[in-house]
Amino acid sequence: MKNKVGFFQKDSTRSVISSLIAIAIGLLVGFIIMLISQPDNALQGISILLTGGFRDGMSSLGNVLYLAVPVMMTGLSVAFAYKMGEFNIGVPGQYVVGAFVGLYVGIKWTFLPNSIAWLVAILLGGIAGAIWAFVPGILKAKCNVNVVISGIMMNYVGLLLVIQGVKSWLYESTGAQSQVISGARAIPNAGLDVIFPDSSANFGFIIACLLCVLAWVIMNKTTFGYELKATGFNKDAAKYAGMNETKNIILALVLAGFFAGCGGAIAYLGGTGKALQISEVLPAEGFNGIPVALLGLSNPIGCIFASLFIAYVNVGGSFVQNIFPIEIVDIITGVIVYFASFTLFIKLMFARRDAKREAKREAEELKARGGEQS
Amino acid sequence: MDYAIEMLHITKEFPGIKANDDITLQVKQGEIHALLGENGAGKSTLMSILFGLYQPDIGTIKIHGQEVKINDPNDANKYKIGMVHQHFKLVHNFTVLENIILGIEQTGFAGKLKTSEARKKVMELSEHYHLNVDPDAKIEDITVGMQQRVEILKMLFRDNEILIFDEPTAVLTPQEIDELMHIMKDLIKEGKSIIFITHKLNEIKAVADRCTIIRKGRYVDTVNVADVTKEELSEKMVGHKVSFVVDKTPAKPGDTVLSVKNLTYKPKGANKPLLNNVSFDVHKGEIVCIAGIDGNGQSELIFNISGLQDPTSGTITMNGKDITHDTIRHRNDDGIAVIPEDRHKHGLVLDYTVAENMILKSYYKEPFSHHGFIDFNEMYKYSDHLVEEYDVRSGEGSKSIARGMSGGNQQKAIVAREIESDNDLLIAVQPTRGLDVGAIEFIHKQLVKHRDANKAVLLVSLELDEVMTVSDRILVMYEGEIVGELDPKKTDVKELGLYMAGSKRGAGYEK
Repeated sequence: MKNKVGFFQKDSTRSVISSLIAIAIGLLVGFIIMLISQPDNALQGISILLTGGFRDGMSSLGNVLYLAVPVMMTGLSVAFAYKMGEFNIGVPGQYVVGAFVGLYVGIKWTFLPNSIAWLVAILLGGIAGAIWAFVPGILKAKCNVNVVISGIMMNYVGLLLVIQGVKSWLYESTGAQSQVISGARAIPNAGLDVIFPDSSANFGFIIACLLCVLAWVIMNKTTFGYELKATGFNKDAAKYAGMNETKNIILALVLAGFFAGCGGAIAYLGGTGKALQISEVLPAEGFNGIPVALLGLSNPIGCIFASLFIAYVNVGGSFVQNIFPIEIVDIITGVIVYFASFTLFIKLMFARRDAKREAKREAEELKARGGEQS
Repeated sequence: MDYAIEMLHITKEFPGIKANDDITLQVKQGEIHALLGENGAGKSTLMSILFGLYQPDIGTIKIHGQEVKINDPNDANKYKIGMVHQHFKLVHNFTVLENIILGIEQTGFAGKLKTSEARKKVMELSEHYHLNVDPDAKIEDITVGMQQRVEILKMLFRDNEILIFDEPTAVLTPQEIDELMHIMKDLIKEGKSIIFITHKLNEIKAVADRCTIIRKGRYVDTVNVADVTKEELSEKMVGHKVSFVVDKTPAKPGDTVLSVKNLTYKPKGANKPLLNNVSFDVHKGEIVCIAGIDGNGQSELIFNISGLQDPTSGTITMNGKDITHDTIRHRNDDGIAVIPEDRHKHGLVLDYTVAENMILKSYYKEPFSHHGFIDFNEMYKYSDHLVEEYDVRSGEGSKSIARGMSGGNQQKAIVAREIESDNDLLIAVQPTRGLDVGAIEFIHKQLVKHRDANKAVLLVSLELDEVMTVSDRILVMYEGEIVGELDPKKTDVKELGLYMAGSKRGAGYEK
């Protein structure tokens, strides 16, 4: 049976439209909060929020790219694990461990030449994240420990170890935080500083996008991805078909951890003076991966756009701070991100409305036809 | 003529499939009217329309000559239509009486439940129709047959006049089926009308007065049951002649393919082995059937051979190679194919498409995989071929999601995948469970064809007819042991039953 599927009926189109609607609802609610807080400035506020990403031209846009990278990678990590049936809530831990290892390698391994130090640092950061995800993975596979619980525990183990590590080896005595990567050893700008002058955009953005594409290819084109998805959908059938389901669960989480770890390393190796704090708070970029994954409908390519959107709102929000108190701005950006996570829900409503409309249309058509016959 | 209920020219279409296409069903007052059709023929859809769960796209429903519109099950109840669903709708920790009055219960002061009148009525009905139901027993404590009677009482309590039975015998033992038939006959004596949905021809011949046959969503015929033979009925249902005898030549057993020696399986914590010292061989070119009552170790035997469970002691040899503790993947590569007992748990990834399921065991091999990448063109080509050859019906062919297909078609997809895999030994566990005669005949033919291609077939079946007609050799299992080997040509169902009940053991299988 060959049914022609219209542009608006296509699953991918649907996904994009659902995401856009979710964003629109979030912006509307954000606007209402502004109206309640300072009615006179609300219109100005929302317009700044919406145009902030372009406010200073290419410079703002460059910062959007820069800010998108960490959440793109943590979002990818959550999305990848989710497609395999696991909820990787251990992503902040993997992120922060990756960041520490990346920074340490970048700063301390001076025997590496500047030209490749950043690349080695990113890779080792990724491996550190992978190791951090391996623990919940093997606990799940061998002892059936819930990944959410072991993941959260690994978050705090990772965070506290990193704080201790910073204090022991990377301490910047003047600022109660870690040392930062020097411009010379940071990720190169690779010409992005020419396109986006006065911004923090660097080659890390390109790497992150490439990793997303890589993840998409693994998921949808390889036998490995086929196995992982089959295991995620139905562990018993995967086992019956001869797949090694314990190995698959571990590998899925290890890869997810690798992406998060790379994200941490890239974020702190940008040469923008970003430093690891020694306060016991998990970095927000970690958990923000969850709404990114939801907004991107667990699609690696979707994560690229979702993270760009969230970064765009954040950049816009930073300009709104001139008018609104920072708490209100945080609430508004939070609300927008929150509503963005409703994407799947909206997509479901689409499908339902469609089914109804289709049924009605066909009924009428059939009635008309039936009338002719009788 | 006085019809209790008429469904005229009913048409209902779902995306991709026309479930009902101009179907007419007319049921007379006081008759048992059978509705016969294969899985997916549209029986359930038609009944859901009568019960108000779906609205027909075209067509009218008349009750006692009056045109009515049934918008939801409450309307159906108003018109005194009741239904016993295939899967009962009972609250398990409620008593029989509580279940019967649920939804129309009467309450007194401060919402206190008043049951005395209801109890009286239930007892009267139970006595009148010889249902022997204890109103204070909890549902979870009574047998499936009794639960069904509770469902029948629910309808009678609501004074329903038109009773729909949706495949009521699927869950019953032979004795319970006989009793149900008696109850149905008593009901029509009182002027009730019954719509009896089934695909079992013996039952139709036993109780039904008339029978409406539908096929692939279309109306075929309405006949007086007394005027037609079983063969004619099945031909109308399937669309071609069906033979109840499996056509096959005598087996020519060749070399040993599978050899099981002293296999024992005792899981941790079990106080007795689930498999006890089981030994047998399966040869090329024969169908060996493991017969037995459900739960006597058949499932464990197959799990041990296929690798889902690890034997405690003993050996399993495949083509001379010891595979006792081998991985499942290696066993598949060594030529074992399995049609599993639980098609949803083991047989399919329900969220994958038909095509993706067709390569579930071969995705990593050429031609479906090159250097770790899946060749989707090859996958669809292969799947389209199997869908065509095994007549797997679904909305969008190879691209259909397995979850949305009917049970029979899901099973056909699994059978196609396993038989077409490059195997020496095909293990088929209850391959025809829940299927209609057409599909059963088809699968039996495939098994015999596979045997004739000089492959070994190990069949596990609970259906005595299947055991007797398909197999070349019967091994009977009782309490984890093989208690006898029988030749289907030299034995009968009665003798087989003695072995299955554990009251007889064959030569060489004494305790």
